[in-house]
Amino acid sequence: MALFGKKTNYATVKVRKRDIPDGLWVKCPSCGEMIYKNALAEALGVCPKCDHHFPLGREERIALLTEPGSFEEWDADLRSADALDFVGEASYAEKLEQNMRKTGQKDAVTCGGARIGPHAISLAVMDFSFLGASMGSVVGEKITRAIERGTARKLPVVVVCTSGGARMYEGMLSLMQMAKTSAAVARHAAAKLPYITVLTNPTTAGVMASYATLGDVILAEPNALIGFAGPRVIRETTQQELPPGFQKSEFLLQHGLLDMVLHRRDLKATLVGILSYMTGAPAATPASA
Amino acid sequence: MPPFTLPFEKPVVELEEKLRELRKFSEGHDIDVSAEIHKIEEKIRATRRKIYEDLTPWQQVQIARHPQRPYTRDYIATVMRDFVELHGDRVHADDQAVVGGFATIGAHRVMVIGTQKGRDTKSNLQCNFGCAYPEGYRKALRLMKLAAKFNVPVVTLIDTPGAYPGIQSEERHIAEAIAVNLREMFTFPVPMVVCVIGEGGSGGALGIGVGDRVLILQHSYYSVISPEGCAAILWKDRAYADRAAAALKLTAKDLLKLGLVDEIIPEPDGGAHADPAAAAAALAGAIGRTLDTLGKIPKAELLDARYAKFRAMGVFTEGA
Ligand SMILES: [Zn+2]
Repeated sequence: MALFGKKTNYATVKVRKRDIPDGLWVKCPSCGEMIYKNALAEALGVCPKCDHHFPLGREERIALLTEPGSFEEWDADLRSADALDFVGEASYAEKLEQNMRKTGQKDAVTCGGARIGPHAISLAVMDFSFLGASMGSVVGEKITRAIERGTARKLPVVVVCTSGGARMYEGMLSLMQMAKTSAAVARHAAAKLPYITVLTNPTTAGVMASYATLGDVILAEPNALIGFAGPRVIRETTQQELPPGFQKSEFLLQHGLLDMVLHRRDLKATLVGILSYMTGAPAATPASA
Repeated sequence: MPPFTLPFEKPVVELEEKLRELRKFSEGHDIDVSAEIHKIEEKIRATRRKIYEDLTPWQQVQIARHPQRPYTRDYIATVMRDFVELHGDRVHADDQAVVGGFATIGAHRVMVIGTQKGRDTKSNLQCNFGCAYPEGYRKALRLMKLAAKFNVPVVTLIDTPGAYPGIQSEERHIAEAIAVNLREMFTFPVPMVVCVIGEGGSGGALGIGVGDRVLILQHSYYSVISPEGCAAILWKDRAYADRAAAALKLTAKDLLKLGLVDEIIPEPDGGAHADPAAAAAALAGAIGRTLDTLGKIPKAELLDARYAKFRAMGVFTEGA
């Protein structure tokens, strides 16, 4: 791309591109390409050169999947509490404060009612930028409520997952969110309603061992890290070399966990199509539906 | 197996040594030392009680991991009758880290399912140090389904450092196996009693940990992450495991306070390893009483109450 030809000429510009996160450019961590931020956003956060899928914030994800103006947020005012008075390197209260300031969000998941194509759904979108999308009481509660509303209102539930691990600062309260969310999935399943999960980079640990892997259909974005234990822990425990592509979407498709690995641009249409089969609704509808 | 002593148990061991010497001395000499012996015995009891009253969370973890602590098979052998062990997940293998089968506890016929650690290298290789593979969780699920079909209550015994973090675990989808168990354990219309008897290691423990009542032996722990793992992440050094253990609120007492367990089963002075028979009797008594209570609850209410119990877990604020 001629547009980027200049970058080798100015060392100062190069430094700025790399070091200033709010600059106009981002470097693709996969192929090294410098990408103009607006171009990246237009490409849905996918590298135009190598198809690397950058993490997507919750607003962008909701915009990607739902009909304009159809999203109505639920439970926006839930906040985590420092129930254990957790004192580590930093206190939990400080960490929460920091992350709220950084992201402008109260926790790692946004839930609401929305329309995707012709389908009214209950949607939950996790966001890695808030404490690594670790699952604490708020994430567990909001996911549970989103699923319960799905059951009560006879709606399909779609959860876009990402998580780097447990919310250690909430100790066992964090672990128990796995049981709570899975219980809600059990009731939604008993009502024979569609439940679809979308796994994005990375989806691991407690989220993975609860609602993320309980989808009637499980979709994933390309090259996402997906697993229970982290690769470093596995390497240390087993003292073994990990196979190539281990714990990546394509590996898990091959090993039978995932139904599909999808480019981000195909995600919405695929969801609409699957939901149409599950609900018996017509597959194609006018945009005004 | 030679006796294993934790650092903080040393004062008791030293007194016991003194007692042995005194007894030996009195055998060789015609002196009455019974008063002296009695005094030392008293002191041993008092010292032990003192140590076990003031245990730090990290010491609790060490007792929960004590190599002489009774394991699942010990409890089955001691206080359960007519054990009929069942094997395999009908898909891949028979995971020795998960033991299960029909058993009788007092007046109750149950399906008992527990994670199992080894006592030596050979048995630890067989049961993978108590860390189950996906087939272990699928075996547990199969046995729970079997129990539900024949209206037999389920009793689970939890003692695991965690699900096995290995290559094959991931290839066979350990996360999915645990998740499916979590979902399905909310659907079995039979009484389900969960007992943490040693280590409650994160998702690997919870994978057989949903029930109508969660009981915990006094010196067990139950945690979202091992203290060492937590220390490595938050303090960048595993040596801070003692601080992490305290911060995580993982002891039986803390968990009862948080409403995450229903009952603490007292252990004999000096811990379950000091008197395994007494610990087993206490466990069996608690399970029996719990099953008596649950047996009187109508099936439909049982599932609603199980849902409500876990539904209520979590602490957050709501509103401006
Ligand atoms: Zn790229």
